[in-house]
This record gives sequence, C-alpha cells and structure tokens, in this order.
Amino acid sequence: MSLIERDSLLFHGADWDFGTIQRIFDAVEAIGVGELGLDVYPNQIEVITAEQMLDAYASIGMPLFYKHWSFGKRFAMHESSYRQGLMGLAYEIVINSNPCISYIMEENTATMQTLVIAHAAFGHNHFFKNNYLFKEWTDADGILDYLDFAKGYITRCEERYGHAAVERVLDAAHALMSHGVHRYPRKKKPDLRSEERRERERHLHQEQTFNDLWRTVPTKGASAKPALSDERRRALLELPQENILYFLEKSAPRLQPWQREILRIVRQIAQYFYPQRQTKVMNEGCATYTHYRIMTRLHETGQISDGAFLEFLQSHTNVTRQPEFDDPHYGGINPYALGFGMMQDIERICTVPTDEDRDWFPDIAGRGDAMGVLRDVWANYRDESFISQYLSPHLIRQWRMFHLVDDPDRPELKIEAIHDERGYRRLRRSLSRHYDVGWSDPDIQVIDVDLAGDRRLILHHHVLNRTLLHKDDAQRVLQMVANLWGYAVVLKEVEPATGAIFQEHVAHPHETLF
Amino acid sequence: MYIIDRRLNPGGKSLANRQRFIRRAKAQIQRAVRQTAGDRDITDLERGGEVSIPADGVREPSFRRSGEGGVHDHILPGNKRFVEGDTVDRPPGGGGGGSGGGDNGEGADDFRFVLTRDEFLDLFLDDLELPDLAKRRVATVETQGVRRAGYTVTGSPVNLALLRSMRNSLSRRIAMRRPKPAELLRLQEEIALLEQENGSPERLAELRRELEELQLRTKRFPYIDPIDLRYRRFEPVSKPVAQAVMFCLMDVSGSMTEHMKDLAKRFYMLLYIFLTRRYKHVEIVFIRHTHEAKEVDEETFFNSPETGGTVVSSALREMQRIVAERYSPDSWNIYAAQASDGDNSPNDGSTSATLLRDEILPVCQYYAYLEVGSDSDRMQTGFINHKTSLWQTYETLQGQSANLAMRKVNHRREIYPVFRELFRRRDAEAGARAP
Repeated sequence: MSLIERDSLLFHGADWDFGTIQRIFDAVEAIGVGELGLDVYPNQIEVITAEQMLDAYASIGMPLFYKHWSFGKRFAMHESSYRQGLMGLAYEIVINSNPCISYIMEENTATMQTLVIAHAAFGHNHFFKNNYLFKEWTDADGILDYLDFAKGYITRCEERYGHAAVERVLDAAHALMSHGVHRYPRKKKPDLRSEERRERERHLHQEQTFNDLWRTVPTKGASAKPALSDERRRALLELPQENILYFLEKSAPRLQPWQREILRIVRQIAQYFYPQRQTKVMNEGCATYTHYRIMTRLHETGQISDGAFLEFLQSHTNVTRQPEFDDPHYGGINPYALGFGMMQDIERICTVPTDEDRDWFPDIAGRGDAMGVLRDVWANYRDESFISQYLSPHLIRQWRMFHLVDDPDRPELKIEAIHDERGYRRLRRSLSRHYDVGWSDPDIQVIDVDLAGDRRLILHHHVLNRTLLHKDDAQRVLQMVANLWGYAVVLKEVEPATGAIFQEHVAHPHETLF
Repeated sequence: MYIIDRRLNPGGKSLANRQRFIRRAKAQIQRAVRQTAGDRDITDLERGGEVSIPADGVREPSFRRSGEGGVHDHILPGNKRFVEGDTVDRPPGGGGGGSGGGDNGEGADDFRFVLTRDEFLDLFLDDLELPDLAKRRVATVETQGVRRAGYTVTGSPVNLALLRSMRNSLSRRIAMRRPKPAELLRLQEEIALLEQENGSPERLAELRRELEELQLRTKRFPYIDPIDLRYRRFEPVSKPVAQAVMFCLMDVSGSMTEHMKDLAKRFYMLLYIFLTRRYKHVEIVFIRHTHEAKEVDEETFFNSPETGGTVVSSALREMQRIVAERYSPDSWNIYAAQASDGDNSPNDGSTSATLLRDEILPVCQYYAYLEVGSDSDRMQTGFINHKTSLWQTYETLQGQSANLAMRKVNHRREIYPVFRELFRRRDAEAGARAP
C-alpha cells in the first residue's frame, strides 16, 4: 500500500528537471481546469536565472522593452539591494499575453515550482483571460508584437534623431504615464496589431509625396475665419480631456510626427498596464486562492508529500500574512492577504452561511457552488467594486479593521468607524475607495486652450480632500508638458465644489529643447 | 504547454539601459567616483564598487499628491481598544496612526549602486584619455613564444590533429567508394542464407564474386591512410612581456608634509592604473628614504613618519639592489616614479646623477620625477623660479636620456594635467623624430 502511495508522488525531494515540470503541470492542469473549471490561455513556462529575473524586473516584467535610462536605474537599484541581501526575488513573473508566459526561477525547489505553476500559469492566467477590464483594455494576442514594434521604432528614432532628443520625449512621456490612459471605453478599440503598419504606411506616404517645391509656394494671407465659440472650440479639441498624453499627441502644435508616435507608444503601454493597477487585490487573490485550492487537492490525492505540503504552507502563509497596524512590519494592507481572505470568505458564505451572511449576501449565501460564484466575481469586478460588494462583516471582524481620519484642522486623529454594526458599511465604503484608481490618482484635466490666440494650455487639478500636488514634482512635470506643448502651460489647483483656486503653477517651454 | 529554458540566453539584457543611465547621471557619478578614489588604496582603486549619488539627479517626477496637508484617512487592521469616536494623539512623526501614510514617492536619500571595474575606471580616467595614449607610448619588451597556425602534413605524433585527420579519412573513403562494413555484412548474410536454403547457384556465385570484389576494394583503400594525417602547426611569434614592476620612491624626511605625500600618492595611483591597463601583471615596490633607504609596505610608506637627513642616492642604490635581485630587466618592464620636495644633501648630487645615468635609467622604461611643493609655493616659483638641488641635478640628465621626465606639482588639481602631459610629451617627441 505504502509503495503505491509513494509512486503517486509527482516528485521526490527538492530537485526537478523538465520531465518533472511537465508532470507537475499536467497534474495541476487536471485540477485547475478539470475540477475548478478555470479557463486559461495556452501556457508557456520559461526557466530563468536570478540575473534574468532582475532584467525582467527592470523592464516592468516584460520580455522585451524599449531602452530607457530609468530601466537601467531600476536595475542598478534592484541589483544592489539583491546583492546585499535586502531583497529577495519574486518566485515568478507572469505576462498577460497569449500564450501566457510565466517565468520561473531555476533555484526554486520542486514544491515551489508546483506552487508557482498553480499560481501564475493558472491563477493569474485565468484572471487575465476572463476579467472584463483586461478584455476591454488589453490585447493579449498582440502585446508582444507591439512591444517589439515599439522597441524597434524607438531604436530607429534614436539612430535618426539622436539619443538625447528621444530621451527627452520619453522622459516627458513617462512623467505623464499615469495621466495617459483612457478611463472609459471610446468609440474604437485600440488595435495594437495595426500600429506598425499604420506608422510605416504614413511614413512611406510622406516620403513619396515629398516635394521641396511646396516650400517655395507663397502662402495665402491668413484668411479671416469666423471666430469659433468657446464651446465649439473645446468640443473640436475633445476638451476637457483627462488623458493628457492623448491630448498632446493629437493636438500639440509643434511636435514632430515621430515625437507623437513615441507619446503614443508610451500611452498604449500605460493603457495596457491600467487594468493591472485596478485589480491588484483581485488578481493576487485569484491566483493565491487558486494555488491554495490546487496544492491542497494535490496533497489530498497524494500527489505531493506531507513535507512538500508543509513547505508550501510556509511560503503561502508568508505571502498572505497581514501584520497589524501597530506591528513594526506593517506596510499597508497586503493585497495577497485581503484578496485571499475575501475569496475564502466567499467560499464560506456559499457553503456554510450564517444568518448574517444571508442578510448581507442573499444571492450567494448557501448557493453551494463556490467556484461558480468566484469565477463570476473574477470576471466582472475590479478591486473597488469587489470590495464594496463582497467585504463581509465576518472578515471585518476577523481583521478588526478600523477607520482613522487625519484632519490637519483638528488637533487629534479621530476613529471614524470600527468593526461594529454601525461601522461595517462605512468601513467597506472607505476601503473600497482606497482601491479606486480614479480616486487615488490626482484628477488632472486639460481644460482649455485657444489655438488661434496665445495657445496657452490650461490644466486643472481638481483637488480632493484639500490635498495639493507635490509642488516640486508638479513643477518639473509641468515643465515637460510645456516642452511638448511648445507654448506656456498653466496648472491650476481648483476646489471642484466652489471653484476656488488654491495654487497656480506656470511653465514656459525651453525653446532649444524641441 | 511549452517549457523553454532561457537560462542560456545571453545575459546583460539591460546593458543598454545601464549605459543610458550612467550617461544620464555621468556628472554625478563621476564626482562620486573621484571622491571614492581619494579614500582608497592604490591597488584597491581597480576594483570598481559601490558609489552613491544624490537621488535628485535621477528623479522621475510625476503628478502626485503631496504627503502633507489635506485630510487623509486610513483603514487599518488590528484594532485592539478603539471604539468609534475615540481620538488619538498625533504620533510625533506626523504620519497617520503609525501607518506610514500613503506617500510612496522617492525619498531624498542617496541612490546607491555598484559600478563594475571597467565602468569605474572609464569614469575615473575619462578626462585623462589614458587608453589611447598608452597604446602609442609604451615601449614593450618582446619575448619569443609560439602560437597555433593552421595544419601541416608533417609533425610529431603529439601534435596529431585527430578530428581533422578523421575528417580527411572520411571524405577519402566516401570519394573512393570504400564499401561500408554494413554492406559487407549484408552480402555475407545473404550468402549464408542462400547456402542454407540451397538457393540458385548462379545467384550465389554472383554474390560471392561481388563480395570478393568489395573485400578487395576494402583492402585497397585502408580505413585510415598516411595521406589523411594532419598535424597542428605552431609558429613562433614574439610576444610583449606582460609584466611590469613599478618602483615608488619617496623622500619621507621631515620636510615632506602630509599635503606633499597626498600629491605623491595620487600620482602613484594614476601610474598604477595606467600600468595595469597595459600589463597583465604589475608589481609595486615601495622605497622610502631619508638619509638611508628601505623597502616598505604601502601602509608604512604613506603613513609612518620618519626623521633624518636626505640622501637621494640611498634610494637609488636600494632600487638598483632590488632590480638586480628580483626584477631582471630582460623579463620585466621597469617603471619608477620618484616623489620628493627637492631637498638633497649637497654632496650627494653628483653621486645621484651618476647612479641614475649609469645604472637606473638604462634598465628603466620610464623614470618620472615628481617634485611636490606646498600649496603656497606656487606664487614663489612664479616670481623667483627657484630650483631645488635635486631638480638641478636631474635637469642635467634630462637632455641626455629620453626616458626621464620631471614635473613640479603644487596642488591636487594639477596631478591629472601633469600626468597627462608626462605621457603625452613623449608621444609628440616621437612624432617629431619620426620624419
């Protein structure tokens, strides 16, 4: 009997080879797809070294990326803290592409490889393929091709226009990256595949139709156009516009075509990463919950040994640890812990609900099919809506959450809500707001510009909770906006309710830069 | 599912990014490198290592909320005693309830990272343009050696190139249609089969004839033939001697101040780096002297004080002794750098000059004399152009031998230019002599 049990193990000890990985993968797939009903992109698993992992860190995890000094800086930073032992490396990196690429480190033990495959190749993969935000905003089929195009394009620009010129545009674009995304679907989906063709065709057309004679043709005197109404003028420029990079790409009067293309590339990449920022808790929760289920099942069916299971539990509990607020290790709410906790809580509500759960979650309490509910949750929510919908009083009590308000006008901090009947909803609402990217990023919009007049670009920051922008940084970024725009730029920090202006920043372009 | 092994992919994928980063922060990194260099030992300078630059210069700004002002709220886990409506004293740090706030921006801390040896030296020597100069200037001593040069048809058995010989053998066998063992075996088997089954005699005879023919052919064309053999060929080449010794001579009598020693140290450092970039193996010998000379280690050389008179010839004699003992000029490139404030005992002048001219200079690649002065000296020399006794001694020799160079340095910032000039002057001279 014991002999048979031994034979059912996927691996013995910590060592692994490619055959082991294949066996592990098949076993994990059998549970993930067969029992949990996950729906995943085809997987591609790549074994890499620590140095390659550091490389991947430096370029935001993507296998290929254009060159920029900031990635070199990140690499140097990670490398030196890794060498000093201040930082461990992640066990894996997973890329939202089709096929879904997961990097696994060569020094992981066989148990860790099992965990990583369950976590990345099934958990994250399922989330990428099914969550509505990823479906809406990212093109998993085309992203690697697009990055390849971007890398090649920027390299060609560097050859043609010089490193310094390209670097200045990239610096500015990176500074505006968080304000370079569309937050609402537009008429047309971005079609990343055609980017390369589109750019090449346009360039070819320009070269073919180039005729130096046009330069010598005398131009007409400025025709007296009828003055547009302010309203109409703004409408033509699609103002107000919160996607600053988009606005600059389309409307900045003095940019070269290649500079616009670079802004576009950075904008597309920012847009690709936008869903990840909004689904940290859910994405990690989904992956953690999936690996926990799969590993437990592997252990139950005797495919991994008790020792391996304990090794797994140790790293699992490390990842899902949530220190309390007065703990010296406290560094904010751990998305792994919150996501995993909530998903386990949903499982509990579905299978063994209490009366309280029936009150709070009538449509899922006691439904039994926990995986069905979770798959629906993973597909249709993001962090903010997920928390505001599914954070249960049970979990709030378990975590003993409380809400602390720091108002500079008051001499002391105030406890606004705790884990009691009066506090549950308020706690849930404020926590979910923390995860709303639209709320946590400063709301900055392009309000107006008179292209026929002085072309002064007016931006507004709609101040929330009287928190102004970091002054030094704002001035630097504004300078970059001015350089791209080519004319003066003013940023007003406005209280949206009253229209009162707290502060104004002004920047004039450096004529020599562009 | 695919498993791909990426471990063997070429590394250094971020190299281009790193170069861009270093170019971006060049001014700051260079400053940091210079600063680090001042604190290090001579031999240590070569190792590269950690530098730190102010984070401000490589900041990536973005629109973000400042940590101060405004209402902040926090959801925290682990409530123990609070109830709704409680107030808590603000913690002294100003953050919210010990939570560290939400400010994840970059601090104003220094940004530390590790430079490789090459990056470090490139930055350190950037304005010295040393590598190019070095190539043209240094006279290298040559020695005989051998190196591989293709194949030959004759040679000793130890040099037999097995792969190449077997390849020739194979192509010859194919070209001559030497029967393969499998072919022979097949025929033999067929014959055996026919014999057993008493098959048609004509067929049997035909097969036997065929077999015989093939066996004859096999014998005629041997598996390996002397004509196939190839030997590795070696040809003699002259190689530069890749080792050098650097003599650091310094006057440590009471008149040498800390400032002067610092100048000398910097000069030795540069010379050392210069030599290590040119030679595989560089040794340093430190000789300090007062009225008598002694070989010491680096620590003692720069740091321990000594008193006494000044007799330069004692150091030269010591150097001569060490050269004779350990560094035969046939196999070593010998460089010497002497630092002194210029004092010498009056009756030692001619001894030193003779010693230098007849014994030292002939065996040296290069002899650099660096006269270090105090910072305040500069005005004086400008007006009076006072010549020290040692300077006067050496001046007479300078015209006679090309490998003696002398310079005067008063301030740290003159070290680089002087060093550059020392190694450039020869170059210009050589150019002038050539046509």
